[in-house]
Amino acid sequence: MKKTGTVARLFAYIFKHYRIRLGIVALCILVSALTSLATSLFTRTLIDDYITPMLSGPQVQGLFAGVGVGPDYGPLAMALVRLAAIILVGVVAAYTYNLIMIFVAQGTMKGLRTEGFARMEKLPLSWFDSHSHGDIMSVYTNDIDTLRQVIGNSAPRLLQSIVTIVATFVSMIVMNIPLTLLSIGIAALMFVVTRKLGGISRKYFTERQRNLARVNGFIEEMVSGQRVVKVYCHEERAMEQFSSLNEDLRASVYNANRISNAIMPINGNIGNFGYVMLAIVGGALAIGGVSAWWACGLNGSALTVGTLVAFLTLHRNFTRPVSQISNEINSIVMASAGTDRYYGMLDAEPEEDEGKVILEKGSGEKWDWVSPDGSRTPLEGLVSLKDVDFGYVKEKQVLYDITLTAYPGQQIAFVGGTGAGKTTIMSLLNRFYEISDGTITYDSIDIKDISKNSLRRGLGIVLQETKLFSGTVMENIRYGRPDASDEECIAAAKLVYADTFIRKLPKGYDTVISPGEGNLSQGECQLISIARTAVADPPVLILDEATSSIDTRTERMIQKGMDSLMKGRTSFVIAHRLSTVQNADYIAVLDHGRIIERGKHDELLAMKGRYYELFTGNQITS
Amino acid sequence: MLRTILRQVGKYRTRALLTPMWTTLEVIVEMLIPYVTAFIIDRGIYGGEVGAIARYGTLMIALASLGLLFGYLAARFAAYSSTGLAANLRGAMYRNIQRFSFSDIDKFSAAGLVTRMTTDVSSVQNAFQMLLRTTFRAPLNLISSLVMCFVINASLSVIFLIAMVILMTFLTILITRAAKLFRQILLKVDAVNSTVRENVDAIRVVKAFASESGEISKFDKAALSLYTLNIRAEGLMALNHPVMNLVLNGAIIALSWYGAHFIVEGSLTTGQLTSLFSYITTTLGSMMMLSMIFVQLTQSIASAERIAAVITEEPDMFDPEDPVSEVPDGRVDFNHVSFAYGESSDNALSDIDLHIAAGETIGIIGGTGSGKSSLVSLIPRLYDATEGSVEVGGIDVRRYSMKALRSKVAMVLQKNTLFSGTILDNLRWGDENATREQCIEACKAASADEFISAFPEGYDTVIAEGGSNVSGGQRQRICIARALLKKPKVLILDDSTSAVDTATDARIRETFRTIFPGVTKIIVSQRILSIKDADRILVLEGGKVSGFDSHQRLLETSDVYREIYNLQTSGGEGDFDEKGGGV
Repeated sequence: MKKTGTVARLFAYIFKHYRIRLGIVALCILVSALTSLATSLFTRTLIDDYITPMLSGPQVQGLFAGVGVGPDYGPLAMALVRLAAIILVGVVAAYTYNLIMIFVAQGTMKGLRTEGFARMEKLPLSWFDSHSHGDIMSVYTNDIDTLRQVIGNSAPRLLQSIVTIVATFVSMIVMNIPLTLLSIGIAALMFVVTRKLGGISRKYFTERQRNLARVNGFIEEMVSGQRVVKVYCHEERAMEQFSSLNEDLRASVYNANRISNAIMPINGNIGNFGYVMLAIVGGALAIGGVSAWWACGLNGSALTVGTLVAFLTLHRNFTRPVSQISNEINSIVMASAGTDRYYGMLDAEPEEDEGKVILEKGSGEKWDWVSPDGSRTPLEGLVSLKDVDFGYVKEKQVLYDITLTAYPGQQIAFVGGTGAGKTTIMSLLNRFYEISDGTITYDSIDIKDISKNSLRRGLGIVLQETKLFSGTVMENIRYGRPDASDEECIAAAKLVYADTFIRKLPKGYDTVISPGEGNLSQGECQLISIARTAVADPPVLILDEATSSIDTRTERMIQKGMDSLMKGRTSFVIAHRLSTVQNADYIAVLDHGRIIERGKHDELLAMKGRYYELFTGNQITS
Repeated sequence: MLRTILRQVGKYRTRALLTPMWTTLEVIVEMLIPYVTAFIIDRGIYGGEVGAIARYGTLMIALASLGLLFGYLAARFAAYSSTGLAANLRGAMYRNIQRFSFSDIDKFSAAGLVTRMTTDVSSVQNAFQMLLRTTFRAPLNLISSLVMCFVINASLSVIFLIAMVILMTFLTILITRAAKLFRQILLKVDAVNSTVRENVDAIRVVKAFASESGEISKFDKAALSLYTLNIRAEGLMALNHPVMNLVLNGAIIALSWYGAHFIVEGSLTTGQLTSLFSYITTTLGSMMMLSMIFVQLTQSIASAERIAAVITEEPDMFDPEDPVSEVPDGRVDFNHVSFAYGESSDNALSDIDLHIAAGETIGIIGGTGSGKSSLVSLIPRLYDATEGSVEVGGIDVRRYSMKALRSKVAMVLQKNTLFSGTILDNLRWGDENATREQCIEACKAASADEFISAFPEGYDTVIAEGGSNVSGGQRQRICIARALLKKPKVLILDDSTSAVDTATDARIRETFRTIFPGVTKIIVSQRILSIKDADRILVLEGGKVSGFDSHQRLLETSDVYREIYNLQTSGGEGDFDEKGGGV
């Protein structure tokens, strides 16, 4: 029942936000259903009360009784005017609730999107690590869109159908009991058939989703790797694999659609069978003039010919919403996969952030720590790790007993092979991940007591993999500090030697960076990302030196940029260059999650240990 | 464009064509049913004849059974042919993509191709199914209702005609307006999605700069403008219902009024009037359906265009007639080659004239944009030279069959890709029939065996999508081994050891020298160490040859080379440890 649980939660959400409007909607639906009932009954009134009497001869009454030369159309005209009025009311009611539902559905969608996004932004990195980007995207692209169908279409239709059914049922039972029972029997048959077929097709729909995911995955992988496919002349085999996946998908989509397509014609014709049966049974009752109590309506009168005709119309009104209801139920059940995924994201635990100490710029552009009690202490930049253990998953520890202190202004270098844990340590400093044991302190304050935003502002980070956002170069630099002026951004770019190349771009700082278009080289992107960190002017720096292939000149610019950024700041560097380690105040050599050697460059070389091996390249790492 | 799409119906054509036939039959039956209903009411009920009810009732049940049968068949055939079309479209696109040259892929972009094969195909599939099932049904319904009306009473049917004309005009106006809005909405949806995509991709940056709230307000803005547009579009579409209801109910009222007159005059029966009402309801339904179809069709036309573009794209590279199928040796010659990526772009290479003997080891070095990758891509004919000619084994590359050329010219690309599957599966891309031993041997040569053997599953370790569970350096070494399995005559490493530590890199090069003396080795690198020992080194600058000689000689003659050398060896830029920062 978990599945219907999330759908129920969605409806609860809508009720909470749109209580009054939904009240109006319900009222309008009621009015609109009643008016359509009145209109459909009009056929009988028209024939029985107006046309048939006129047929039996001139019936002009009152003042002109006996004078008339033809039938009196007056009452009919009046009735038609009344009908027109009823229709008008119905149309206005329907239009009103449709409009309101548009606002409700779209408003809910917007609410779901923004709440989902806001929650997503607060989720820890471990959540992003454990969900594929494609899956996360499909919450926004597929799932929320499916919900719109449910909210905007299925729900009002369901409501309207129920109202129609109840209203029709009342009129039917008033007219005639046995015919009503027969009609209910037919409706029940339709309901069962639809649900049954829906059940079968749901099985195929699940299969379809699975095959769809498989084909999408294959296309994604092969088309992205198309260059390799071509270099290895792998086209034919890729085609074979694709064909078989493609055929599986086709077959399951066919099966799913075949059944769901058939629901409508089957129901329509069950309705037709019912019609005939009612006509026969009703005809027998009416013509035979059976007036036993069981053959009457709640109004106690026996079935007349006019009533039977009206009843037949009502029967159609009765069965149509039944098949509609079962259809909508099917689609709501199918949408539940979407609500499950959406609420899965909404329910994920956000990052912990109980820290109360915040960072503020005090007098003279210096940073101050501000405790909850209002006391201020100037920031110094002393970062210390004590007995830190960590694992991305509980079962697999990757860091063991890391103890290290960076004194203000010191430059600490981490070296070690792939998988030694360099990047992991960096991610712990700004609480991308939570340590499992030990403590990390910043100016002797446990980083858990520092508000996350302040902690991250206090720790500038240049990631190895450069990610820029679509927008101009200036906007990307300003990302480091949203209130920085143009001048400050340019100054930051100059500081890290990015200004020169930016000025050479076609539109200088206003050049638009478009993701994927690659109008900037990797090295240039990296320079911009360094400027982005520079403009934030963080007191402590974390740098992950680039390892991607960048030509020597750009690399030198980047190196100079990083050096000038590090000046006077406590910095942690994942080092790949000789110059970095040579200039470092302290080097930590990591191996399999432990610091195995530490000290200055010369001391470490003299030890002739792991560092020496790495440095001279005599030993293979990893 | 539409013809391209429709041609892909292919073997599903018969059923596709039969679908409208079943639909037509279904519609005819549906139309007859109210007609029979009129008899049941007039002759049976009003005529007081249970026998007539039974007679016409049987007829109606027979008709309903037929209707059920036709309806089911139509549903089945429509599902069959539309899913078939979708499969064919995917297949046709995929097949043509296999023929694409590198520049064709550049043109569409991998991401663009993926969307076309997924989202766009489903959109066309749905539109096609609807086209088959309902596009025929709606006009048929309209026409047959009209015909039936005229059969029953011609003069009353004029009311129908008037109502329809009014509705058609209204719908046309509404749909043109709405279509414009829907197009804008699609763009806004893209904007919202790209904000999400960017944030998912760069979540570390967002968090590092603590800019979550800024991103949230950026997203809110995009979501709000999508909301506003949606409200406008759907608000417009919401007019559809009341207007249609008013017009058709107006018609019912008019029908009642005149109908009553006709009945009194005796030219119409009450049963017939009931049938007319029923036809008018059918008309309402089909008009609604028509308007929905139009909206959906306008939306899927854009998709159809995008699909057709992929299917009809003519690859700009073909196998020649009577192709050479054997590469004699590893000689590589560039005869005054110039190359540009597109007609409008500047030359990436100009007037390159190089002659490389079989078995030589060539290093290529140069700054970003100097044309290193472009130069080597011409050898396995990933692109065609704009001017001049490239020869392998003394034969113009354009004279080989691409398969023959590429199986002997192994290139390890700068952007390496491993595919999901085991390491062994990935290695066998190089040679389908390679034995486990051969694979291990290639891995030993590429210095990959040591880490692969250390994996718990060894060579059966499953590579995750995109190769994310091996480090950059490991991935590069597997890719090199994969290339070695081709037993190539020319081996090109396009910056393929950038993430491998220098010692391993040196060992790989040493192995190459001893194991593959006859293979021409072309090594592109940023690292002077990786190419220093090559027989000759090509220095590229701005797409031109700036020097081509041995290390020692270049140090004397080439300023560019000397500058790079000094930068990298002055202790400032030397590589230190293994690159490729793993976890």
